[in-house]
Amino acid sequence: MLFYLFATLAILSAAYMVLTRNLLYAGFSLLVTLLSVAGIYVLLYADFVAVTQLMVYVGGVLVLILFGIMLSSRVHDKSVLSESVNKVWGVVVTGFILVGLSYTILNANISALPWLQAAGTDVLGQQKSTVQRVGIKLMTDFVVPFELASLLLLIALIGAAYIATDKPKV
Amino acid sequence: MLAFVLTLVLLLGIVIVLAYAERKVAAFMQDRLGPTEAGPYGSLQSVLDVLKLLQKEDIVPAAADKKLFKLAPILIFAAVFAGFAVIPFAPALVPAGIGIGVFYLLAIISLDVVGLLMAGWGSNNKYAMLGAMRSVAQIVSYEIPAGLAILSAVMVCQSLDFQEISYQQGALINQFPGLEYDMNWLFGIRELGINTTTIGGILTWNIFRAPMLLVSFVLYFIASLAESNRAPFDIPEAESELVAGFHVEYSGFRFAVLFLAEYSMMVLVSLVAVVLFLGSWNTPLPNIGPVSLAYWTSGTVGELSGILWGAFWLLSKTFVLLFLQLQIRWTYPRLRVDQLMHLCWKVLTPVALGVVLLAGIWRLLMV
Repeated sequence: MLFYLFATLAILSAAYMVLTRNLLYAGFSLLVTLLSVAGIYVLLYADFVAVTQLMVYVGGVLVLILFGIMLSSRVHDKSVLSESVNKVWGVVVTGFILVGLSYTILNANISALPWLQAAGTDVLGQQKSTVQRVGIKLMTDFVVPFELASLLLLIALIGAAYIATDKPKV
Repeated sequence: MLAFVLTLVLLLGIVIVLAYAERKVAAFMQDRLGPTEAGPYGSLQSVLDVLKLLQKEDIVPAAADKKLFKLAPILIFAAVFAGFAVIPFAPALVPAGIGIGVFYLLAIISLDVVGLLMAGWGSNNKYAMLGAMRSVAQIVSYEIPAGLAILSAVMVCQSLDFQEISYQQGALINQFPGLEYDMNWLFGIRELGINTTTIGGILTWNIFRAPMLLVSFVLYFIASLAESNRAPFDIPEAESELVAGFHVEYSGFRFAVLFLAEYSMMVLVSLVAVVLFLGSWNTPLPNIGPVSLAYWTSGTVGELSGILWGAFWLLSKTFVLLFLQLQIRWTYPRLRVDQLMHLCWKVLTPVALGVVLLAGIWRLLMV
């Protein structure tokens, strides 16, 4: 029941985000979408993923987007309003993605997956959250991707700092 | 549902007391008397203030973005209030004892920032906009030293559950499921051989269990002042420059909600500091031989005595920290924006990183 509530909210707010012409409203409806998706994660016993979603996307990315919109809005008087461009290509590309996704989902035979058969039982067992297992996995099986991601972020950070510095006039 | 109502009532009570205390503390520090007319020593002043705000006309500026303007106070208060869900008020009394409470708290507070931006933009006022921008920049930067300070406490406790962290800091440690055989040592060093598990009291608080957490407590306290926009970090609402910052256009009930959210934020950050560093709901009195002060002042877990003692200790420690916040507000001048960023990035963050490293090493000495 809760799942349908969150799912409806997510779809409605995502549709509003795409359809509205006011960029700022789009940003705020993205907030609702992210929150409902976090709610769905919680229903899937993925508490750590849900909170990370809040932390990274709401606390970081969304605030950055809103900042960007607000700081750049006064350049031309009405630039908070977006215009629709590239209508033909947009429809074609989204159509292809829709067909591809539907084809994959219909062929996946999801209900036969082994871990879904066991989903009715208590997933967490003795543990109170998934943090311990996520941490152990990150430090053993997934340590290379983890370190690569951190390296990538470090490079991005250094690059951002370099772009932002005043170039000395040579 | 019951927890929701109880927490809300408790919070409203604390905020009203706090608003009165703020005016009295300010007055005494400036050699004035403060409110004296309403009730004995003016103690009904803040109740009357709330009543006055509720009666006022609800003004929505004609040029404001009405939907955002109306939604923003609700979002700001909801974000702060959601943080209270994971705070344990006593042993066996926590609204929502989820296993990743600390992480959840950090994440849900960042929702506050979106509400601030909404209020600043919706007001369609340049002071409000500037105030919101400053406020958000400040909160986002100070989340880093605050998060690192919290991380060092989490590393020492090896848990993200506020209730488990609370149990670890007192003589009741072995009554928490999963900690039956854990032991506390003086200063957390096993080699010293002084077992403080049954002594409890102040000796098992986190700042004593791992003394470098005293540093991270100070770091967290400074950063939390900035996160709740309190002086000396109040450039978001600097009266002399911005009139009142992001809430300049709000009046009546909406202003009351914003005011409530600001004070709730103060209470919340103090509660978190108490739970993580100052022993949570545990008594400060240790057991000394046959004089088991710690057990006498803890009550029985799960019974009324335990709840009352726990809530008493937690709230008294919180009020001490809140008083400190008020005192700091009326003592220090406001920081300039470059000093603010210097303090955050060049002082607090490097020190916090050092403390995190030390906390990791200390944890190895504790087991």
